[in-house]
Amino acid sequence: MMADIFSASFITGLIGATLRMSTPIILATLGEIITERAGVLNLGIEGIMLFGAASGFLATLATGNLWFGILMAALSGVLLALLMSFLAVNLGLSQHVAGLGITIFASGLAMFIYRKAVGSPVVPPTVHPFSPLAIPFLSDIPFIGESFFKQYFLTYITWALIPLVSIFLFRTRFGLRIRTMGQNPFAADTVGVNVNRTRTICLAIGGALFGVAGAFLTLAHQNMFLIDVVGGRGWIAIAMTIFGNWNPLMGSLGGLMFGFLDALQLRLQSVGIHLPIHVFLMIPYLMTIVALVGVSRKATVPAGLLKPYRREEKGG
Amino acid sequence: MVDITKRFVDVVANDKVSFSLFPNEVCALLGENGAGKTTLMNILFGYYLCDSGEIRIYGRIVRLGSPKDAIAHGISMIHQHFTLVPSQSVLENAMIGVEGGFFLDKKKARKRLLEIEKQFGLDLDPDAMAFTLTIGQQQKLEILKALYREAKILIMDEPTAVLAPIETRELFATLRTLVDNGRSVVFISHKLNEVMEISDRILVLREGKNVAERKKSETRVQELASLMVGREILESLQCSDSAAGNTVLQLKNLRVRNSKGVVALDGFSLDLREREIVGIAGVSGNGQTELSELLFGIRRPEEGSIVLDGKEVPGGSPSAMIRAGMARIPEDRISTGVCMDLSVMDNMILVDHCREPFSKLGLINGREIRSWVLDRVRDFQVKTDGVDAPVKSLSGGNLQKVILARELAGQPKIIIACQPTRGLDVGAMEYVHQAILRQKERGAGILLISDDLDEVLLLCDRVIVIYEGRIMGELCSDGIDRERIGLWMSGVA
Ligand SMILES: Nc1ncnc2c1ncn2[C@@H]1O[C@H](COP(=O)(O)OP(=O)(O)OP(=O)(O)O)[C@@H](O)[C@H]1O
Ligand SMILES: [Mg+2]
Repeated sequence: MMADIFSASFITGLIGATLRMSTPIILATLGEIITERAGVLNLGIEGIMLFGAASGFLATLATGNLWFGILMAALSGVLLALLMSFLAVNLGLSQHVAGLGITIFASGLAMFIYRKAVGSPVVPPTVHPFSPLAIPFLSDIPFIGESFFKQYFLTYITWALIPLVSIFLFRTRFGLRIRTMGQNPFAADTVGVNVNRTRTICLAIGGALFGVAGAFLTLAHQNMFLIDVVGGRGWIAIAMTIFGNWNPLMGSLGGLMFGFLDALQLRLQSVGIHLPIHVFLMIPYLMTIVALVGVSRKATVPAGLLKPYRREEKGG
Repeated sequence: MVDITKRFVDVVANDKVSFSLFPNEVCALLGENGAGKTTLMNILFGYYLCDSGEIRIYGRIVRLGSPKDAIAHGISMIHQHFTLVPSQSVLENAMIGVEGGFFLDKKKARKRLLEIEKQFGLDLDPDAMAFTLTIGQQQKLEILKALYREAKILIMDEPTAVLAPIETRELFATLRTLVDNGRSVVFISHKLNEVMEISDRILVLREGKNVAERKKSETRVQELASLMVGREILESLQCSDSAAGNTVLQLKNLRVRNSKGVVALDGFSLDLREREIVGIAGVSGNGQTELSELLFGIRRPEEGSIVLDGKEVPGGSPSAMIRAGMARIPEDRISTGVCMDLSVMDNMILVDHCREPFSKLGLINGREIRSWVLDRVRDFQVKTDGVDAPVKSLSGGNLQKVILARELAGQPKIIIACQPTRGLDVGAMEYVHQAILRQKERGAGILLISDDLDEVLLLCDRVIVIYEGRIMGELCSDGIDRERIGLWMSGVA
């Protein structure tokens, strides 16, 4: 059995699976980082991912077009994020309550439209999912080629997004504005930045990423929709946001680690080592708690997080 | 600005106020706490919308719907509480909002910032993080921010309230340069001497209305004070001379480190007796904050002991301090003095809520509390929409009154007052001074920590000067020698 674990095929398989499994987490984490950098905690993430999983799946089921499914997932993510924005940004309700409300609402809605569309068949309907895309030449590199360069197109996009989001946040003027309003919305307002509009835009970008992350699960990772398909990955993304100190690179690293644990767990089971899946699911959270102890000492938590912004309320 | 009216739920903050500003001048805006100065300027800055009235800039009627519009018209405002992002650099703080292209061009921005710094004699390292700046430097950064936006009109809301005298002088020099370079400045302050020093024209508001406008050359401090309050102010305080009693607070050989781990107080000893006011004078940042934190029980000494009323108390326990009869007026009223989202009533009862008759068998008696709080609000003339209004709707000065009302209401044995009149108008200041003297007559021992040397000299029986956490010297009120104190404050023995 040990020999199985250290075989070359086990390891290349593990690396490949790690990259696959981390894709939705990283996408969702990037979305949450953008949102939280602007000062909004979107706890609707889990529900939005599930809804994206359902709408993407159904759109593909109906048209047979996978990319149409992805597009619909992104769009529905944006719509739900706009609802979140209306509640938490425009009305200034508690971000916790609004976010959890969205998660409950979107999960219910996802189940509802799925049932409406397919009824309750004994065998759930399936789509023909994305197949991995081998990059010519690179995928022929012995040993690593197979695991790194034979991935889903969405996985490549995700990896490209990591530096892009970093550049967006730290090198562009929108990034500067987003970071400023996340730290001190009053400061952003007094230099002429429209706080609530920018927050809405950030929520929408995040929502699109959540939706696509969900659809990855039903259109690439699996080929059907199950009610527990997201399985807490939204919450993991929230944890990774904190773990990564609101930094896209670090957050993605956390997502990668989670993907690794997820993949390891599946692989170990396939070679006959049975550990309860929950042990593995627990690890990212433990990691986050440990990281939080460190993070809470450094003042990088966006200071404006959770605070709705309204004028005409300040004393002085 | 013509006939500006602004109403908040019940209060009329501005009632047909008119205000004008000319190129190359400093115009001071005076008025009691809650007179509507900040509100008026927030309207000019587009932060609040006025209910009626019009604003003209260079003769043209403009609509200022948001700070963005105001900035586009060359108006910038520096608020009482700075609007900096601590975790970003000076450069990033300056360029936000006017970054230019899609990507941040820091090289170009830095060049521009350095040019402005040179032109106006403001030197700040563009790469320093904002949280490392002193208060004075933060203010420079705010001014730089405004200049970076090509501000023609600069509004400064109580800029000197938090500055040490030297920093104030620097600020005034900067303001002069600005005015000489064709800018105009609106200057809000309660310190009448400063107003007389820096401004060319003075506008006085009272209860949201214009009451007077004076050229500097045509007025005097006394006149301004009475215009503001609507009555004569005579800060000649009467206090029956009574001998100090037993020692109530004894600090022995204290050594304290600040949050950065640097020794902030060293070898600090002090005796405070009943019926005595001891003043701690010094340029801010020389250990005053740490001293007050220590006495409030929120910072532990590394060495030395604190003896309250004959009993040694452990450091780091706020409740032990309260039980020993200490009233505490913190220097940072927003973060340690009040809870901004709670009502005036809740804030007033914070300290006393668990004693009879406000609480019986663990239950709060709302009626008792309400009537007690109403009395305090009346005594201290807190201007508020009612005791249920959240304190964040109060003006800066009224916020301070809430704290004073809470802390001075009981019969404290010891009072630690940090900057008790910062941001208060002359009328309120007189009131606070009298409240402190009344407490002294009643028998309290009072430690007054203040940057305002005039205040210290006016009230105190003894003055202790600190510099870099050490006591430089001590003088009794009958042997006050300003020159000597000044030297001590700058570290010359
Ligand atoms: N956002 C707000 N909501 C409700 N009332 C407010 C608000 N801002 C100010 N007020 C009220 O308007 C009045 C004028 O307040 P303002 O802050 O303009 O006074 P000020 O002249 O700046 O006083 P201070 O010298 O104490 O700073 C006060 O009675 C205040 O309570
Ligand atoms: Mg004010």
